[in-house]
Amino acid sequence: MVQINPDLCKNCGYCVKFCPKKVLATGQNRNRRGQFYPVMTDEAGCITCAVCAMMCPEGAIEVTEGGANT
Amino acid sequence: MAEYKRSTQIADAPSGYCPGCLHSLATRLISDVLDELGQGDNSLNVISVGCSALNILYWNNDFLSVAHGRAPAAATGIKRTNPERLVFAYQGDGDLAAIGLAEIMSAANRGENFTVIFANNQTYGMTGGQMAPTTLIGQKTTTTVYGRDPQTTGYPMKMCELISTLEAPVYVARFALNSPKGVREAKAGIKKAFQAQLDGKGFTFVELLTNCPTNWHMTPLQTLDYMNMNTIPYFKPGVYKDKTE
Repeated sequence: MVQINPDLCKNCGYCVKFCPKKVLATGQNRNRRGQFYPVMTDEAGCITCAVCAMMCPEGAIEVTEGGANT
Repeated sequence: MAEYKRSTQIADAPSGYCPGCLHSLATRLISDVLDELGQGDNSLNVISVGCSALNILYWNNDFLSVAHGRAPAAATGIKRTNPERLVFAYQGDGDLAAIGLAEIMSAANRGENFTVIFANNQTYGMTGGQMAPTTLIGQKTTTTVYGRDPQTTGYPMKMCELISTLEAPVYVARFALNSPKGVREAKAGIKKAFQAQLDGKGFTFVELLTNCPTNWHMTPLQTLDYMNMNTIPYFKPGVYKDKTE
């Protein structure tokens, strides 16, 4: 399961670009810094590969086992 | 299936770096490696001058902030007096390849038992994007407005190649942080360097190719493509020396 901490996000877009299943997208809401942050669009399609977490410069994404796909 | 948990070595707040800056990714990688090795409390980060100094507000463990370019000299003293600690210097290219060239080459030549992490973004980020020794030929900066001309400013310095010619260093490697593959390799490389230090092998040097969206005047995603097209063909990633076995 992918957990995104919106307040750490700076909207660089790396997680959205490198997600192999393209289940992340930049959302419509802003965090308290005024940045758009990514949202999960397809929980069932996520394979919890953690590439998004690995590429996030801020460590704003945490991935845990479990969720829709297990 | 994979899991990722944010390290406690870094502050529970956004870093001081610009959006998309791979410096913060490099910092995060180091903190993850320290977690994996269980060396967080035993580590000492020697922070240099430049954007790397933003770690002062971000790093939860012991650190020492030193004069411009002198991180390897300070790390030498710390490591010699505290041989059990995991000491690493975190330096940028303006700090390491320009003003600190004598310190890094001397420390490497002596084979001091610490690690240098070198973040190479081909510009002086903090002072406003001036030309660094590693700036690519033709790359525009605020001091090379028509692009770097080798006739007047010389050629980009390849620090990994330079240091790997010395006898003493045991591990010299370069990784690019602009792809998941590169990040994975970089993490393994940093871990290997730290492990070699803990085993008392000698001097280890890891160069990380990073970006500077602000001073390259690009979006973060554009910088990754720029690195693929320009940086990586010149600064070739790879392991240049490995005597850790």
